[in-house]
Amino acid sequence: MKSAKIPQWTGDPVQPLPMADVASRVAAGLCLVEEARSNPDIWALTSDVLNSTGLVPFAKAFPERFLNVGIAEQSMMGIAAGLATCGKIPVAATFGFLASMRACEQVRSDIAYPNLNVKIYATHAGVALGKGGTTHHALEDVAIMRTFANMTILEPADVLETQKVMAAAVAHQGPVYIRLRRGPGPVIYQGELAYQIGKANLVREGNDLTLIGCGRTVGECLLAAALLTQRGISARVLDMHTLKPIDDEAIAAAARETRMVITAEDHTIIGGLGGAVAEVMAELGLATPLRRLGVRDIYAGIGGEDELLAKHGIAGPQIAAQVMQFLE
Amino acid sequence: MQTLTPEEKQELDLIANKMRSQIIEMFHVAGGGHFGGSLSVVEILVTLYGAVVRFDPAQPRWEERDRVILSKGHASGALCPVLGHWGFFDEGLLDTFNQLDSPFGMHPDMNKIPGCDMSTGSLGHGLAVGIGMALAGRADDKDYRVYVVLGDGECQEGTVWEAAMIGSHLKLNRLTAIVDRNRLSLDGATESINALEPLADRWRSFGWHVLECDGHDPAKIHQAIQQAHDYLDGPTVIVANTVKGKGVSFMENKYQYHYAILTNEELEAAREEIAR
Ligand SMILES: Cc1ncc(C[n+]2csc(CCOP(=O)(O)OP(=O)(O)O)c2C)c(N)n1
Repeated sequence: MKSAKIPQWTGDPVQPLPMADVASRVAAGLCLVEEARSNPDIWALTSDVLNSTGLVPFAKAFPERFLNVGIAEQSMMGIAAGLATCGKIPVAATFGFLASMRACEQVRSDIAYPNLNVKIYATHAGVALGKGGTTHHALEDVAIMRTFANMTILEPADVLETQKVMAAAVAHQGPVYIRLRRGPGPVIYQGELAYQIGKANLVREGNDLTLIGCGRTVGECLLAAALLTQRGISARVLDMHTLKPIDDEAIAAAARETRMVITAEDHTIIGGLGGAVAEVMAELGLATPLRRLGVRDIYAGIGGEDELLAKHGIAGPQIAAQVMQFLE
Repeated sequence: MQTLTPEEKQELDLIANKMRSQIIEMFHVAGGGHFGGSLSVVEILVTLYGAVVRFDPAQPRWEERDRVILSKGHASGALCPVLGHWGFFDEGLLDTFNQLDSPFGMHPDMNKIPGCDMSTGSLGHGLAVGIGMALAGRADDKDYRVYVVLGDGECQEGTVWEAAMIGSHLKLNRLTAIVDRNRLSLDGATESINALEPLADRWRSFGWHVLECDGHDPAKIHQAIQQAHDYLDGPTVIVANTVKGKGVSFMENKYQYHYAILTNEELEAAREEIAR
């Protein structure tokens, strides 16, 4: 399972996706402000990462519903739980590594177990804080959160989907882990977007194989699919924006209707998107070949976000090159 | 008690200045960095390595060495040049700071940086690790000492106080904590976000021997550390009063420079001020 050498794409490049003009964490913070305008129960909490999580507009607009607890993530989750028992909808914001690991037991025992209506707003997912190095990467969070009963896990792929996710998370009764990024990301959706928790979005039709991404890797899968047309391969792309509860039907359809399923996640390949898809396919008895792309049981190292995505084989060209290798 | 001679102090001041200059240049190449907390901790680290800590750069894992944990790991930008200056590796390598797969990152990695005793980056972890090191030293009859450098904002973490309790309970007199008391964290002033005061009294009530000093004067830092060594009944914490962003006036006492990317004008102004 250790990293084999990642092959490089030898064909022509394709046009990159257009980039959003706003950082994803800023977009998420603005979406939350919108939700809070019509819902006076929404609170926001942070732990000395106010600006980094994009919550400055919220703190300015609703100072009476905002609290910065200082550098104390575990207590922030406890305070959020307490607020939720009193009918508030607290949104607890910090980096993904801290939300899922520093405050892990508070999230399990104080939020998930009593099924409290807390929204965990976890930014800098995967290697988004690339140069921060291993301590600041969140490559295990989905695996951890997926094991907590009552927890829903959502990961938007772009700004428009972030709006949908934020609205759905707030409307959903119960704990939600919202996996967000940092800087500007690619634009995946334009115009109307139908969104439902638990229902994957088909972002590209295809009938040879299926690429499944979540968050940042949705755009990378789209790029890979575009590259693969150069080799005469038609790839379906699914946006698995809900990691839990996962869309069994979309996975089953992909496994039945195409000849290979490839997952790509900015996360360890253990227990995240790839793990969840493998579980579904195995239990349904679907023998379609499955390949999981992601960080392969190592620490990702230091580097810029894009450099690390390429290094670990989850950027578009590397995904396409690996697909060609799998098909050989 | 040993004190620094004026010449020794002056020498450390000069090294501190060189470290500031390297921090600015490294962060320039890296495209940004944790200026505030790296600049505030310079004299603390320079005094430790220049006048206190027992080490051998040829044997970074020497068993008899004193241990230093930079619990506020985001100040890696200050630790790396200090270790380079004292010969753990070629200082030229610092040019790679925070580039893809460089050993020198925004947060230090003990398995990549010779002389770094603990990987850090997530706040509130270092003191407990230091207690483990001190405990092992006592069990093995070693006379090495352990120094843990903490941020003041970091002291808002509960884990710091759990470790503080057991550290004094175990009477680990070979353990010294140094708090870089620059009064700012990431989002602003510690006293307006989640007040730490009375900080010295809090440590005292947790059973620690508490000292305070000017954290930018190597002679004062050295003197406090000597006093810590002389105290045999338990661990000592030194609250070192510092200025976040020290040495670059437009950064001083400004939380906005906790992490920053400098404009060309700022870069030139910082270079000029440090060269003076
Ligand atoms: C557990 C944890 N929470 C949050 C962060 C993000 N963070 C990095 S530095 C910092 C502020 C630290 O303030 P302080 O300890 O006072 O350090 P200094 O002012 O000396 O830089 C924060 C919140 C982190 N690295 N670890």
